[in-house]
Amino acid sequence: MEPVLELRGITKRFPGVLANDQISIDLKKGEIHALLGENGAGKTTLMNILYGLYKPDEGEIFVKGKKLEVSSPRDAIHAGVGMVHQHFMLVPVFTVTENVMLGDEYLLPGGLLDRKKAANRILEISQQYNLAVEPGSYIKDLPVGIQQRVEIIKLLFRHADILILDEPTAVLTPQEVNELFSIMKKLVEQGKSIIFITHKLREVMEFADRITVIRGGKVVGTTLPKETNQKQLASMMVGRQIELNIKKEAAVTGDPVLQVNDLKVLNTSHQVAVDNVSFEVRAGEVLGIAGVQGNGQTELVRCLTGLTRPVAGKITLLGKNVTHANAKTVKEIGTAHIPEDRQKDGLVLPYSIEDNLILNTWYEAPYARRNILQRKVILDYANKLVKRFDIRAPNALTATSHLSGGNQQKVIVAREFSRPIKFLVASQPTRGLDVGSIEYIHQRIIEKRDQGCAVLLVSTELDEVMQLSDRIAVMYRGQILAVVDARKTTREEIGLLMAGVKQAAV
Amino acid sequence: MTTSEQKQKKTGSFSIFIEEIRKNSLTVTILAIVSGLLVGGLIAAVTSENVYAAFGESFLAGIGAIFTVFWNTYKALFTGSVGVPADIIAAISSGSWDAINRSLAPFFESLVQATPYIFAGLAVALGFRVGLFNIGAEGQIFVGALATVWVATSLKGWPALVHVPLALLAGAAAGGFWGMIPGWLKAKTGAHEVINTIMMNYIAFRLSEYLLNGVLGDPNKATPISAPIEKSAWLPRLFPDPNRFHWGFFVALLMAFLVYWLLFKTTWGYELRTVGHNPNAARYAGMSITRSIVITMVLSGALAGLAGANEVLGVNHNLGVAFSSGYGFDSIALALLGNSHPLGVVLAALLFGFLRNGAIQMQLTAGIPIDIISVLQALILAFIAAPAIIRTIYRLKEPKPELETPAVETKKGK
Repeated sequence: MEPVLELRGITKRFPGVLANDQISIDLKKGEIHALLGENGAGKTTLMNILYGLYKPDEGEIFVKGKKLEVSSPRDAIHAGVGMVHQHFMLVPVFTVTENVMLGDEYLLPGGLLDRKKAANRILEISQQYNLAVEPGSYIKDLPVGIQQRVEIIKLLFRHADILILDEPTAVLTPQEVNELFSIMKKLVEQGKSIIFITHKLREVMEFADRITVIRGGKVVGTTLPKETNQKQLASMMVGRQIELNIKKEAAVTGDPVLQVNDLKVLNTSHQVAVDNVSFEVRAGEVLGIAGVQGNGQTELVRCLTGLTRPVAGKITLLGKNVTHANAKTVKEIGTAHIPEDRQKDGLVLPYSIEDNLILNTWYEAPYARRNILQRKVILDYANKLVKRFDIRAPNALTATSHLSGGNQQKVIVAREFSRPIKFLVASQPTRGLDVGSIEYIHQRIIEKRDQGCAVLLVSTELDEVMQLSDRIAVMYRGQILAVVDARKTTREEIGLLMAGVKQAAV
Repeated sequence: MTTSEQKQKKTGSFSIFIEEIRKNSLTVTILAIVSGLLVGGLIAAVTSENVYAAFGESFLAGIGAIFTVFWNTYKALFTGSVGVPADIIAAISSGSWDAINRSLAPFFESLVQATPYIFAGLAVALGFRVGLFNIGAEGQIFVGALATVWVATSLKGWPALVHVPLALLAGAAAGGFWGMIPGWLKAKTGAHEVINTIMMNYIAFRLSEYLLNGVLGDPNKATPISAPIEKSAWLPRLFPDPNRFHWGFFVALLMAFLVYWLLFKTTWGYELRTVGHNPNAARYAGMSITRSIVITMVLSGALAGLAGANEVLGVNHNLGVAFSSGYGFDSIALALLGNSHPLGVVLAALLFGFLRNGAIQMQLTAGIPIDIISVLQALILAFIAAPAIIRTIYRLKEPKPELETPAVETKKGK
């Protein structure tokens, strides 16, 4: 059968980087083709070329046998190629109908919008593909999973039959992921074809018809789920053997390091974000906090690390009351913090690796004496850490803005782990990182645990929480619904709790 | 916490602008200056009646006239700001100190003109480094000058060794106080420093008019001007008349060094720069944003205050209402041109000083209006602020775009 989409020998160079190197892939009608690769492998560049955002230096694109010249997303849509971006392109204060027809409006005579006709069309589409939405509701009131449906409807509304989904599961709960995949199945049954970009191995194995792995801008291989396994795919992605399941011994827990009692924290718009939360973290254990993004985890972490003050409750750290302590005090007692947004909070991007490594200790001996920075001491220290933590950079004077996400995160880990710490708050420590870096950072975290450090792990990646934690607390709408033993629980149980369903018998 | 977060949102666009400009390479800066001079010369030609008259005769004559205007303009600018080379050589070979002094006077006068620019440029640059826009340098200059003139006129019979530093300190303190007010308002209430420093300018202007018409004014004069300052408060001159070169220039260089040292060698500077680059990371590291803001505004104001003190003690020896010809505003441009780096600021201040000084000669001998220099400064700044123009004209390569795969990694992988 002739493929509906074919990319032949696509090459794209950026100054100093070969982003895509002779990439050829094809997509058959009615197929879900997964494009698997680490961040920076060139997946997104490739899709941006297909979508008309970049021009390839070499190579050709064929849609249904015809050569396609794309110079803008409009051309791509015209040829039936549509893309759902990782970050949605929706106007929150518009209704579903308004968003869907934005840029492709139905008009009444006189130039007024024909909302009714558009809404009918949306209902038609939603019935045909099981994409339940209410055309009149506002985007800002809809959960993320439904917003994603609106994005898909936007493409179907424009008669796209080749859909590109860029990391579509990153923002969804496990239940929403399952719903998305049943929608995808329905779409391909009715003749649509899907390219599904991801770095999650499990999803690929479960839902893809075919898998193409990309590494360093090149196609490493194309395979079928039944002919491979997760470990093999991971090795293809990274180019070396990868240990997917981190080995860890049973936790040897000690005294409580952190105790939180009835904590209440407001968010920046003065709404209650953390609602009467109590828990403790003991030395030598990892307490994982699972939950869908935006259920109070960010505010909880900011409060525990002294960046905001709670409105009620008590925080005790190593026997000291730190309820109203500032970030400096909390840090000096022995807290390390891997912040959830490494570029916003964790690094000063224009600074060198060296200067970023002293971000928490710049005023302390031996890095400073009588308020003068000791450049030589700092450089020696930085060189040592660059080597020990395997930070890939020409030298310690390289600006962190020039590093990849994985290496930026290693700079933070190097800084935080090289102090005598007793309590580690790791917030989304591996978000957006490649498999190799994830493996590395997970090992370091477990190492800290085994050294007797109390670890609070906050992650929206269920796999990560399940793998690393000894106990798991699930946060939903600012509350901790339950704390479960990581060895006894199941993905399903946690998934339901993340969606706010509290079972009677736990 | 919310106020500080709002603060950050508001400064966001400004800070991005500064960060963008800071990425400019030295090549872009130099090309911007060259382009500014070229376009400025063209404007001088276009506004010259001779050129139109020549075009009336023939096209060739017109082109010739353009080149003549160009040549005359920049020749006058050069001789006005550096001196006449032939005269300098003649003076040196004659061996007469007086002749040498006279022939080099234009050069030293340019340094005199550059001195307040160095102080004020440092003031603005220091603010930029910490992510603050101190638009109030002009007002801080005035307040500094007022305090200086008060100390320099009211203390009598003091030795110069005490009187001069005291008068300088008074200027710095007053400027620092003037800068502290918007700094404090920003730190405590989140009020934007751009608005408040501008408002503080107006208060400073009216305050100086009020004081110069009143207690600080010279009762023997009809115009609002202070009494001449005590001779003991003069910043000593190094050469006889007409050379006005004085010690203020070296004080300015010392300040540039101190600012450099503070910013790049000390823990305080590390803290200030961190706050400037990324306030979130600074907060994460346990730094106090509010303290950094207040300290920076005080230091910035003090440097601007020194610009005013310098003019009073080194050049004018009194204070009139119109004594600053917009040094505070020019210094914003100058700090951008100097990439907010103390050394860059000194070089940019020298450029501005030479342009200003040369402009007078340009008007006298080439008949080019002095305002062309302002146009020239504006052009240079426009090119600095819009590096894309310069890159397009001279076909320079774009700085590397931030890709998902950085060059470093790919090279290692292969």
